[in-house]
Formats: sequence, structure tokens, C-alpha cells
Amino acid sequence: MAEIALHGEEHGHPTGLTRWLFTTNHKDIGTLYLCFSLLMFFIGGSFALVVRAELFQPGLQFVSATTFTQMTTLHALVMIFGAIMPSFVGLANWMVPIMIGAPDMALPRLNNWSFWILPFAFVMLLSTWAMPGGPPTSGWTLYPPNSLQTGMAFPFVIFAIHLMGISSVMGAINIVTTIFNMRAPGMTWSRLPLFVWSWLITGFLLIGAMPVLAGAVTMLLTDKYFGTSFFSAAGGGDPVMFQHVFWFFGHPEVYIMILPAFGIVSQIVPTFSRKPLFGYHSMVYAICAIAFLSFVVWAHHMFTVGMPLAGELFFMYSTILIAVPTGVKVFNWIATMWRGSLTFETPMLWALAFIVLFTIGGFSGLMLGLAPVDFQYQDTYFVVAHFHYVLVTGALFAIVAAVYYWLPKWTGHMYDERLGKIHFWISAIFVNVLFFPQHFLGLAGMPRRIPDYAVQYAEWNMISSIGAFVFGFAQLLFLYNLIRAVRGRGPRATAQVWEGAHGLEWTLPSPPPYHSFTEPPKIDDAQAHS
Amino acid sequence: MAGNTRFCLAIMAAALAGAASPAYADYATGLTPGITSTSREIYWLHSLAYWVCVAIGVVVYGAMMWAIARHRKSRGAVAAQFRENARLEIVWTIVPLLILVVLAVPATLTLIRMKDTAAPDLTIKVTGQQWRWRYDYLDQGVGFFSSLDTKSVDASKLRSGIDPAGVPNYLREVDNPLVLPIGRKIRLLFTSTDVIHSWWMPAFGYKIDANPGFINEAWTRIDQPGTYRGQCAELCGIGHGYMPAVVVAMNPADFDAWLATKKTEQASAAAGAERQWTKTDLMAKGQEVYGRICAACHQPTGKGIPGTFPALDGSPLVNGPVSGHMDRVMNGKPGTTMQAFATQLSDVDIAGVITFERNSWGNKTGDVVQPSQIKAARK
Repeated sequence: MAEIALHGEEHGHPTGLTRWLFTTNHKDIGTLYLCFSLLMFFIGGSFALVVRAELFQPGLQFVSATTFTQMTTLHALVMIFGAIMPSFVGLANWMVPIMIGAPDMALPRLNNWSFWILPFAFVMLLSTWAMPGGPPTSGWTLYPPNSLQTGMAFPFVIFAIHLMGISSVMGAINIVTTIFNMRAPGMTWSRLPLFVWSWLITGFLLIGAMPVLAGAVTMLLTDKYFGTSFFSAAGGGDPVMFQHVFWFFGHPEVYIMILPAFGIVSQIVPTFSRKPLFGYHSMVYAICAIAFLSFVVWAHHMFTVGMPLAGELFFMYSTILIAVPTGVKVFNWIATMWRGSLTFETPMLWALAFIVLFTIGGFSGLMLGLAPVDFQYQDTYFVVAHFHYVLVTGALFAIVAAVYYWLPKWTGHMYDERLGKIHFWISAIFVNVLFFPQHFLGLAGMPRRIPDYAVQYAEWNMISSIGAFVFGFAQLLFLYNLIRAVRGRGPRATAQVWEGAHGLEWTLPSPPPYHSFTEPPKIDDAQAHS
Repeated sequence: MAGNTRFCLAIMAAALAGAASPAYADYATGLTPGITSTSREIYWLHSLAYWVCVAIGVVVYGAMMWAIARHRKSRGAVAAQFRENARLEIVWTIVPLLILVVLAVPATLTLIRMKDTAAPDLTIKVTGQQWRWRYDYLDQGVGFFSSLDTKSVDASKLRSGIDPAGVPNYLREVDNPLVLPIGRKIRLLFTSTDVIHSWWMPAFGYKIDANPGFINEAWTRIDQPGTYRGQCAELCGIGHGYMPAVVVAMNPADFDAWLATKKTEQASAAAGAERQWTKTDLMAKGQEVYGRICAACHQPTGKGIPGTFPALDGSPLVNGPVSGHMDRVMNGKPGTTMQAFATQLSDVDIAGVITFERNSWGNKTGDVVQPSQIKAARK
């Protein structure tokens, strides 16, 4: 014991820049991931505000059509690969080891590498603004032949995507390995917290999907520079094949960005309902079912591309089938709240907003899954509204909920509850002012990715832009609240933090020691999942 | 917090009223029922799916709001500790499954009808290109380009100073609309010469992608005469927002008369290629074609966009030998946005635009290129 303590002390508290550069500590790397994704969230958000400013009224007032389209491309790439995905990896780094009673991640050096690739990838991606011609105007989906018209930026964007993919796959391997091998005695599969379960499945999705993206963009690269014609009909290829390959990655990717959110909400709702999760087993089965289905629904992104009837029918049936396990999850959260003893601290508010608003995204998703109707919806603002409901009020709201939930654990200090609630209410109201009118715009005929629009769309666009600016600037309150807690301004947090919280992370002091669970804890039923 | 809740509810009520109230029809909030049997079926399916979602929403949100209102600690609620109920899990798996079947059956039937393109009365090929549509009436020998109306082009420039509200059908007007007869089964074939586009006509109930090197098909039978507007729905580069599609539907008799006129027009245009043109006429023709086709990339000033679209003003190619200039315009530059215009423009158009480019801005070659030269170069 003394030896272990000494050992821990020796490597205990490196300081300065080298602490962060060379760290193999899961908590430090988690912090790095979270800070990085916060920075990317503000960068990607500022691109979105340029887009919404230009769409405030008809005509071009601020930026050219080229700049506008580049903004939409980079907004998506930065938000998906820079903000949402790394923040989930950051949460996994911080929480998975201490939720399963492990001393650290299974592969600490790999962990360091998978983070430190990211800043270079994004510097490369964002440096395309300085290149002749600028970033691609093809959207983040990079459909050829359009994307092949990109100028000098093209190989840099592709190499940046390769790096992001390598980082994601290494992160996923690490998390999966940790969950398989590092669980404390007694932490059986049926006692695993839902957040850990959701990340286990997400890890497999990442390992399955990201290499496919790497393959797709590599084929773009060889088509442009090495004379291949994977996607050119003139050389015997097919531009639509890119879409098949891309969405074979792209649809699991969607669930990569939402399964951990399901896990987070499944931790928070029981805590503030003071009641165990209603259907633990069905929740796990639902996650697995969604993950399986995610690999066989990809062509619902391509209903209008020209598929045979049998293809359209298969992808319609498999797509709407996803509503069943997703419904099971929503019903279980509500059954968990039913006859609980609810309180509404900030994390709970964000989790409840997640359930309400993600469900709206689920409804529009069901509508989009009906192939004949999708011939109207496809590529309109109805789709934009749909995926922002699942990614902003879905994934992002869950991440914010998780940060408020675990921040006292990480920092040892409470955030400002009043400010957290103000942040919540402004965000929850204006995110709807921002995205709800986009349903109307899409139904009324406004395509997505256009810099300018016919005048009948002016009113809803103006309302949407107002929502965007208020929602966007409200996130500065979040930033302030975070900095305040990190700098130790709030009241001290107890180990338990939340009255109804269950699980190993709440047995550690707040903040936890630099090295935790160097001796494995013992887990019995009472301490098992919340 | 209660105040916030009231505000939130007020906004939601306003949004719902906006969606439901007919007074807001001009503000364009809903899907169009359209003017074909397909579009009406799609509209019906959309409404069915919408109301199913509303019904599920009432149940789910109702239960949730009940729990939030009644089972709160501040009201003294004590948490029950029940969990896991297999029967309940089965019920809320089976019931949604049945609801899905109710949606899937009519959707399948509609899809089967949409795919039936057999036995058309008329076939039209729709070709997308950056950034206009071309319509070819197969078997009729009539074909033409359909580009964004010049009033919209002018108003849509960055800081143009022209209020779009004052432009009729801003961004939704074209020079040559697609003219179609009502009551006849029309088969539409879709393809593209460059990148992927998507021809969307909400009144028909669909959009279909136009893929380079491949042909997609769809059909329609229009019920009512009128003008119907849509636009490109697949991101196709920076001009994506400026690629409207306009259909004018008329009685079959009027349509036949229009077709006859169009045939005569095209015959006389072809005859123009034979005669010798003056420089003034070619410059005027060239300026018109340049504004319609070339200016989107190379800009009205001929300066292009550095790094993306090369300048023509002072360009070595434009000021070099005529043959090189003709080759670039007619055959394009593979791997870039510069297309092969030989197949898209007439001899007169190409001769005009080359003459215009060689004698405009700072370019002063003095060359005149005749349509007959272009015709000869095609062989």
C-alpha cells in the first residue's frame, strides 16, 4: 500500500505545459478533450452565426455565395468532428474509468496520442481559409463531382479528415478495451452504468464506421490527383457510389453522436427522480438494436438519387423501424420519472429538455423515413430542422447536462445554480425560435444550403436568425459559469454532490485524486447502476 | 421561473397558431398539396404522419408533464422504487410497431405508383448543369436552356442595392420556362453534364437527382393550367441557390401551338449560323451570352475570382491564338467548373462570346470569330 502511494506520489503532480503535452492521465486527457471541444463549439458556432446573419433577410448583405457555402461546409465539419465527438470522448475519458472502478484507461499513451492529433487536424482544416480558393463549397458531405472542383484546400481537408478518423478510432479502441478489461471485481455487465454501456456500443460503431469514411475520401483524393475514376461515369465509375459509401459511414456516425447522449440522460434522470432507471435491460437492448439498425439504413439519405423500388422499400422499412427502440428509450425515461421525487437542478432541466426536444427530432425523423414523402422533404430546411433537433437539442443538450452534472465532481466546486438556470431557459426557448420555424421553411419549399432565398421565406428566416443570435450568445453564460467553477469560486462540493446520485464516481472525493481506484473498489448490488 | 414557463408557452402557442392559421398562408408554412395525383397522395401521407406524431406527442408529453407537475419533491412526493416490467416493455414495443405498419402500407402503395413510368404521351429530358437547366422535348426536336431571370441576377449580387421584394418572383423566375400540356402522362428523364443537381417541383410532389452519366426517370400528369415554381435541391456549387425550375402548364391545344412556334424559332436560329456576321452584331450577341453563361464565374468585370475562377481580362489564353480560345470554350477544361460548351451553345452563341471576350475590358485583339468557323471546328 505504501509502495503504491509512493509510486502515485512520484508521478502525481507534473506541472506546467509538459503536464498537458505528455500526460497519460485519463482525467487530464478528458479535460483536454473537453476544453478543445468547447473551443471548437465557439468556432463552429461563429460560422453558423455568419450563415444566419446572411439569411436574416433576402439578398446578399454580408458575404458572397462562395463564402456562405464555405461557412456551411466548415460549420458542419467543425461541429461534428471538433465539438460533438471530442466532447463525448472527453466525457468518456473522465468518467468511464471512475464509473467502472479502474485506475486509468487501458492504453494511456495511445490516449495521449489520440487527443494530440486533433489540434493539428483542425489547424490544417481551418488553415484552408488562407488558401487560394478557400475551403470546399461542397458541404461536409463532399459529394463528387462537386467536391472535386475544390481548389488547393482539397487534399488538406481530406488529410484533416483522415487525422480526425485516426483519432476517433484510437479513442474508441481505448474505451472499448478499458470497458472489457479494467472493470473492478463485481462490476458485471448487468451492473455497468448506462453511460458506460452506451459508450461501449458507440466504440464499436466508431471502429466500424470511421475507416469507411477514410476509404471514401481517399477515393476522392485519387480521383482528383491520380487519374482514377471511382466516381466518374466517363471512366466507368458512379458518382452515386460515393454517397453509398459515405452514408454507410454517415448513418452510424449519427448514432455515434446520440448514443452517449442517451447514456448521459439515463444517468441524470434517475438521480433527480430519486428512483432507479425503470428498464435497465430493455435500455441496453434498445441501444444494441439502434446500433445494429444504424448499419442497414444508410440509403434513406438518398431516396431521390434514383434507386430501384425494392431498395427504396427496404431502406424505408428499416429506417422507420428505428422508431421502435428509440421509443422504448423515451418511454423508459418517463417511467423512471413516474412516481419519483423530482427536483429540477440545472442538469435535470437540460436532460428533460433533451427528452422533449429530441423526441421532436424523432418525429420529424419518422416523417422523413417515409420514402414517398421524402421526395418532398429531401434537401430542404425540414431536414435542417430535423438534424439540428437531434444534434443540438439532442447531442449538445445532453453534453451540457453532463457538464453541469459532473462539473462539481471534476472541480470540487458547485457552479452558479441561478446562472445555470438562466442559461438553460434562454437556450431552451431560443433554440426553438431558431430551429422550429425551419420546419415551416422546408415544407414551404426552401432548399437547404442556399445563400439567398425567395421573398416568401423572409419572415421565418428572420425569426430563425434572431433565435440563432440569442442562443449563440447565451452560451457565453455557460463559459462564464464553467470558468467560475474551475477557478474555485463556488461553494465546495461534497463527494455525493447530488442527493439521489448512485455509482462509483460519487464515492470519490470532489475533486477526485489525480490517481483514483489504485486499489479496486468492491461493488455489490447496492452500489450498482443508478 | 414561472414567468419563463409562461413565456415559453406563449411562443409555442404562437408557433402552433402560425402553423394552423390560414391567414399565414402567404408566409408559406406548409407543404403544398400540388397539382397531380402523386403530389396529393404525398400530401395526404404527410398529413397522416404529422397527426400520428401529434397523437403520440400528446400521450408522451402528457405523461411527462403529469410526472413533472405531480411527482415533484417540492410537493412532498416520495419516490416509489419500482422497476423492470416485462409486460409493459412488450406493450410499448408492439404498439409502435403496429403504428408503423399503418404508415408503411399507404407509403408502399404510393411508392409503387410513383415508379410506374410506362406508356407516356410525351418524354422530356431535363439536364442539369452549373447553373441552369436544359429541357429537350425528345421526338419533337425542340430543346432550350432555362436560366435565372436577369432581374433576379442583378438583385442577387452582393450588396446590389436592389430590394428583392421589388423583383417579381425573386430567384424563382427563368427566361425560358418548361412548357407542358395538362392531362397527358409526361415522362421526365433527368441527367447532368457536370455535378449532381436535383430538379424539384413541389407542385409535382417530388425532386429527382440529376446525376452525370446516368439517367433517372419520373412521371407526372398535371391537372390544372398554371405556372409552378421550384428550384435545384442538391448543392451543386456556389450557384446552387440561383437555379430555379419553372413549369408553365397549358391546355393541349395551346401546348401544340407553342411547340410549333418553338420549332420555327429554332430553325431560323440555325440558319443564322450560315451567314457572315458583323462585329457589332457578334459583340451584342456575345455580351448577352456572356452575362447569361460566363459571368457567374468569370464575373461581369472579366476579373474572375482569384484562386477559384481565372480572370479573362488580360488572360494569355484569351489574348493568344483564336484556336486555343475556341478549344477552351468548346471543349472545357476537365476537372474544373469550366464546361465543354460545344454541346450547350449554338455556333452563333460561341462565336459571339469569343469575339466579345477578345475585345472587352483590357483585351484588344481586334479578332472577329464567325459562326461558320465554329461550325467547321465541330467536325
